[in-house]
Amino acid sequence: MTRFLRLVGRDLRLALRQGSDASIAVMFFVLCVVLFPFGVGPEPNILARIAAGVIWVAALLASLLSLERLFQTDYEDGSLELLALSPVPLEAVVLAKTLAHWLVTGLPLIVAAPILAVLLNMDTAGFGTLVLTLAIGTPLLSLIGGIGAALTLGARRGGVLLSLLILPLYIPVLIFGAGAIDASLHGLTPRPHLLLLAGLLAAALPLAPWAGAAALRQAVE
Amino acid sequence: MLFGTGEPFLPMSEFLAMGGYAAFVWPSYGVAALIMVGLLAATLKSLRSGEATLRALEGSRPARRRRDRAPASASASAVNAPAVSEVREG
Amino acid sequence: MHRFANPARFQRLATAILPWSAGATVVLLVVGLYFSLFASPPDYQQGDTVRIMYIHVPAAWMSLFVYTNMAIAAACGLVWKHPLADLFAKAAAPVGAGFTAICLITGSLWGAPMWGTWWVWDARLTSVLILFFLYLGYMALVNAFDDPQRGMRAGNVLLLVGIVNVPIIKFSVEWWNTLHQPASVMRMDGPTVAAPMLVPLLIMAVAFTLYFVTVVLLRLRAEIVQRRIQTMRLTQAAE
Repeated sequence: MTRFLRLVGRDLRLALRQGSDASIAVMFFVLCVVLFPFGVGPEPNILARIAAGVIWVAALLASLLSLERLFQTDYEDGSLELLALSPVPLEAVVLAKTLAHWLVTGLPLIVAAPILAVLLNMDTAGFGTLVLTLAIGTPLLSLIGGIGAALTLGARRGGVLLSLLILPLYIPVLIFGAGAIDASLHGLTPRPHLLLLAGLLAAALPLAPWAGAAALRQAVE
Repeated sequence: MLFGTGEPFLPMSEFLAMGGYAAFVWPSYGVAALIMVGLLAATLKSLRSGEATLRALEGSRPARRRRDRAPASASASAVNAPAVSEVREG
Repeated sequence: MHRFANPARFQRLATAILPWSAGATVVLLVVGLYFSLFASPPDYQQGDTVRIMYIHVPAAWMSLFVYTNMAIAAACGLVWKHPLADLFAKAAAPVGAGFTAICLITGSLWGAPMWGTWWVWDARLTSVLILFFLYLGYMALVNAFDDPQRGMRAGNVLLLVGIVNVPIIKFSVEWWNTLHQPASVMRMDGPTVAAPMLVPLLIMAVAFTLYFVTVVLLRLRAEIVQRRIQTMRLTQAAE
C-alpha cells in the first residue's frame, strides 16, 4: 500500500513539476465549451438545453489530451521495465498511474464545470448532479483511457489511434452522465443514472487495471 | 415457371421496378455485392502477390537444407497449396 | 519460426475445406438470391422493400457473430499463445467490418422509404454504428506497430475489452434511446417474419457464414505467406 501511494506521489510530483498537464486540460475544457455559443448562437434557451451534453463531451475530449503520455515517458526512459520487474504487481502500477492522471486532469474539470454551467445558462437545479456525475464519471474516463494508453504504447501515431480506440468505449459514460443531469433538470430523479454510472465505476476499478496491465506486458516483453 | 409455381409470370420491367422501391432495393443488393466481392478480390490479390514474392525469395536464396525441393517450389507450376504448405523448421 | 508446424497443418486443412466452402457459398447465394428476389412475396405493409431485409438482417447477425468469434480467438491467443488464433482475429476483422458496413448502408436504404429519413438515432442502428467503430479501431491498432506480433497481441486485449463493452454499450444506447426518442415515428418491429420470408432469410444467413469461412481461410493463408516472407527476409539479412 505504501508502495502504491509512493507511486502515486511520484507521478503527481512529475506532473506538477512539468506543471502543464493540469492547466492545459482545464484550458482546453473551457475553450471547448466556450466555442459552442459561437456555433449554435447565443440564445439562452438553446444553450441551457444543450449545456449538460456540451460540458460532458468537452470533459471526454479534455481527459483524452494527456492520456497519450500516461505511460509514454516511463516506457521511453526504461522505468516501466523496472516497474514491471518490481515486487509491486503491474495492475497496481496501472491503477496508481491512472489515479495520478485523474488527480491531475480529472479533478480540475470538476472544479471548472459549475462555472461553465453558469456561462451556458444552465438551471441551478442541475449543478449538484453535474458535479456528482463528473465526480463519478471522470475516474471512469481515466480508467478506460488507461487501457487505451497501454495498448497504443509504441504505436505509430499513438495519440490519434488512442482517441479512435477509446472514444467509442466512452459512450456509455457519456450517456449516463449527461442523462443524469437532464433528468434532474426536468425534475426527475437522477438516481438510476447515477447508480448505473457508479456500477460502471465499480466494474472498471478492478477490470481496467487488469486489462491495462495485460496490454503493458505485451509492450514491455 | 421461372418465377415459382402458381405465380403469374412477372414482366422483367415490373420485377426491376420492385413495386416502386427500385431505388432502395437494388442499391442495397449492389452495395452488399460490391463489398463482398471487393473483399474477396482484395484477399485473392494479396494472397497471389504474397505467394509470388515467396517463390521469388525461395528461388533466389541458395538452397541448402532443401536442395531437393528448391526446383519444385521455384517452378511456376507449383502455384498452390503444396508450395505454401511446405514447412521450414528451425 | 518454431511455431510454423501448426500453420502447416492448417494449410492442409484449409486446402481440404476451401473448395467445399467456396462451392457451397456460391450455390447458397444463388438459391438465397432466387428466394429473396423472386420466390418470396412482398410484405403487406412494406411492399418490396422487405427484400432489403434478406441482406440487412443476415449482415447484422454476421457483424456480431464475427466479433464474438474474434474475441474468442483473442482469448485463445492470449492464454495459449496460439499463433493461428492471433492471425484469425486479424484476418476476420475486415470481413466483420464489411458485414457491419453492409448492415449500416442497407439499414439506411431501408429506413429512407419506411421512416422517411436516411438515419434515425435508433438504438439498434446506433449500437451497430459503434460496433463498426470498434472494428475500425481494432484494425487500426493491429496495423500500427512495426512488429506485427505486438500489434496482434495489443489487438487481442482490445477485443476482450471490446466484448465486455458491447453489452454495456447496447444496454446504455437502448436506455438512452427510450428516454429520448419520441416513440411514434416508426414501427421498429419491422415485418412479422412469416415462413415464406424465413426461408430466404435463413438461406442468406448460412450463405454469409460460408462466405465468411471461405474468405477468412484465404486471408489466413495470405497472412501466413506474409509471415514466411518476413522470416525469410530476416534470415537472409542475417546471413
